[in-house]
Amino acid sequence: MLHLKDVKKAFRQPDGAVLPILDIPQFHVAAAERMVLVGRSGCGKTTLLHIIAGISRPDSGRVRVDDWEITLMNEAECDRFRAERIGYVFQTFNLLAGFTALENVLLAMRFTRGRPDKVRARQLLKRVGLQHRVHHRPAMLSVGEQQRVAVARALANKPKLVLADEPTANVDAGHQQQILDLLRETCGEERVALVLVTHTAEVAQQFPRVDHLEQFNRVSASP
Amino acid sequence: MSLWKVAWRSIQQRALASTLTAVSMALGVSLVVAVLVIYGVVYQSFHRGSEGYDLIVGAKGSNEQLVLNTVYYLSQPIENIPYSYYEEFTEGRFAPDVEAAIPVCMGHSYQGFRVVGTVPEMFEKLTYLGGRKYQFAEGGNFKSDNAFGAVVGATAAREAGLKVGSTFQAVHGVAEEGGIVHKQTFKVVGVLAPTGTPNDRALFVNMEGFYQIHQGEHARDEASPPSEPAAEQAQGHNAEAADHKAEAAGHNAAAEGHDEHQQITAILVFIAGDEFQRVKRTEVVSKQINEGTVAQAAAPYRVIAELFEGVIGKIEGILLFMAVLIVVVAGMGIMVSIYNSMSERRHEIAIMRALGASRLTVMAIILLESILLSLGGGLLGLLLGHGLVGLLSPIIVEQTGVATGLLQFQTIELILIPGLMVLASAVGYLPALAAYRTDVARSLTAAQ
Repeated sequence: MLHLKDVKKAFRQPDGAVLPILDIPQFHVAAAERMVLVGRSGCGKTTLLHIIAGISRPDSGRVRVDDWEITLMNEAECDRFRAERIGYVFQTFNLLAGFTALENVLLAMRFTRGRPDKVRARQLLKRVGLQHRVHHRPAMLSVGEQQRVAVARALANKPKLVLADEPTANVDAGHQQQILDLLRETCGEERVALVLVTHTAEVAQQFPRVDHLEQFNRVSASP
Repeated sequence: MSLWKVAWRSIQQRALASTLTAVSMALGVSLVVAVLVIYGVVYQSFHRGSEGYDLIVGAKGSNEQLVLNTVYYLSQPIENIPYSYYEEFTEGRFAPDVEAAIPVCMGHSYQGFRVVGTVPEMFEKLTYLGGRKYQFAEGGNFKSDNAFGAVVGATAAREAGLKVGSTFQAVHGVAEEGGIVHKQTFKVVGVLAPTGTPNDRALFVNMEGFYQIHQGEHARDEASPPSEPAAEQAQGHNAEAADHKAEAAGHNAAAEGHDEHQQITAILVFIAGDEFQRVKRTEVVSKQINEGTVAQAAAPYRVIAELFEGVIGKIEGILLFMAVLIVVVAGMGIMVSIYNSMSERRHEIAIMRALGASRLTVMAIILLESILLSLGGGLLGLLLGHGLVGLLSPIIVEQTGVATGLLQFQTIELILIPGLMVLASAVGYLPALAAYRTDVARSLTAAQ
């Protein structure tokens, strides 16, 4: 379902020097597989997720998602593909403050070819236990509730792949497990592949597959 | 969820800044509306006064002064022409081309309103506002054989407190501060319904009575007033003897026969024939008059149009330019407001991009926001502008006779909406471009 081959990414630093971040010969995730990607801070986990989502372009290499090679798409095609096939859960939730919970989910549907499906948006919010909070804005929701809205939003367009970037890092301990369970269960119900980035061992050990970025990223591996 | 709603939510989120920028736009647009409507009112007011007749004939001099004095009762009284010249239009060489000719005499006033000597036919022949006949709100027209009958315009009647049966004495001259009060008394026999023309602000007396104004005084005191109006000088002392006789006869004989020294201020000429013939004959008659040495002819419509375009048109242009400038400045305010918010909104834009919005989509959202603010402010400005005109309506009616209301729209206002859309797109372009160029990965990472 997700295949990366010879993906390289480097950033230019203010002094002009080039800082390599990623050099990944291969990385695969099967359809509906739920796996965890761990690694130390700054090792390129978020950059990798951005490249998989098409938010950033690799300097070289190929990225194939659901049999579509996104590295060959132009930017607009890539945006549309992301909207339709990839869900994203951010560490800081990234809900739009001016929109209600329902509108945040509907907004994600706005950027696909189809029409926003209010019934599905409500069903998803009900699934994450927020049927009574649909018209609340993010500021009126707890952090746990905000992240649950973010999970519902990520699943809004029935994606093939959900990318979760440290989804429990900003959630209080009491709600961390709830969010994890929710992600695993909903991705399972919707037959969605999940790539979850974390640096917490307690989170990682709950998933059958745990990949260490440093182990397959040649940049991290090199001394 | 439409992009409009996304843009609207963004406006709501910055309610205070959005409201202030929209209000500044509203003020600019309301000024444009007020200028346009008031210009329309002045235009109507100017053109109403000269409808119905084709030429004004008066003493040689300035066309503008002849028209301003005869149509609007403005400016200083002009020189006079002999009564015998008037007869050229009724039974002389111009008569075949003329349907009617109305003489007017000026030089007196009452409480600041001009007293105009004329004939009863004036209110039978004269029309306004595209052929409407003059109506009497009270009483009726004065009769030829009633030398001291008077008809009063609606505003003059109201402000001077005159009604049918009231009497008044004309004041020497036309200055606001007044002058010598003449002994001769006129009796109001009719009050005109409001017309929105300068005639609302005048008193019309039988020309025969007008000629006799000075008679009683001259009988007692042969010395003339220091600065007699031209019409009075026209009578001359030779005329007085004849007029004394007429007065002695109970003012009734005055309508019959005019002394050869009597003069009038102007003649309103109605050319005979259909529309095409009138145009042609107006040219011919006008040329003949102007080639002569006695008088000049002015086509009021043409003079008014020139006057309007030359003076008021330019003032309107300047006012409109300033009002449009205010709208443009308000537009710049919208640009600054949105552009300043871009630094805090980059993150929002990055989120939308991460959710799959294209660069063009986020650009469109910013442009729509600019359009919503401009149009919202513009519509508020239309309401404010027309509300202002509605509030000022009683004063405008009072001053010009032209009724205005909340719904007094000018056709040119139709370009306001597309104009605002263009302005909004122009001022929204820069922030929209900033949205277009947002680096998604960097903005998302920066927020973590």
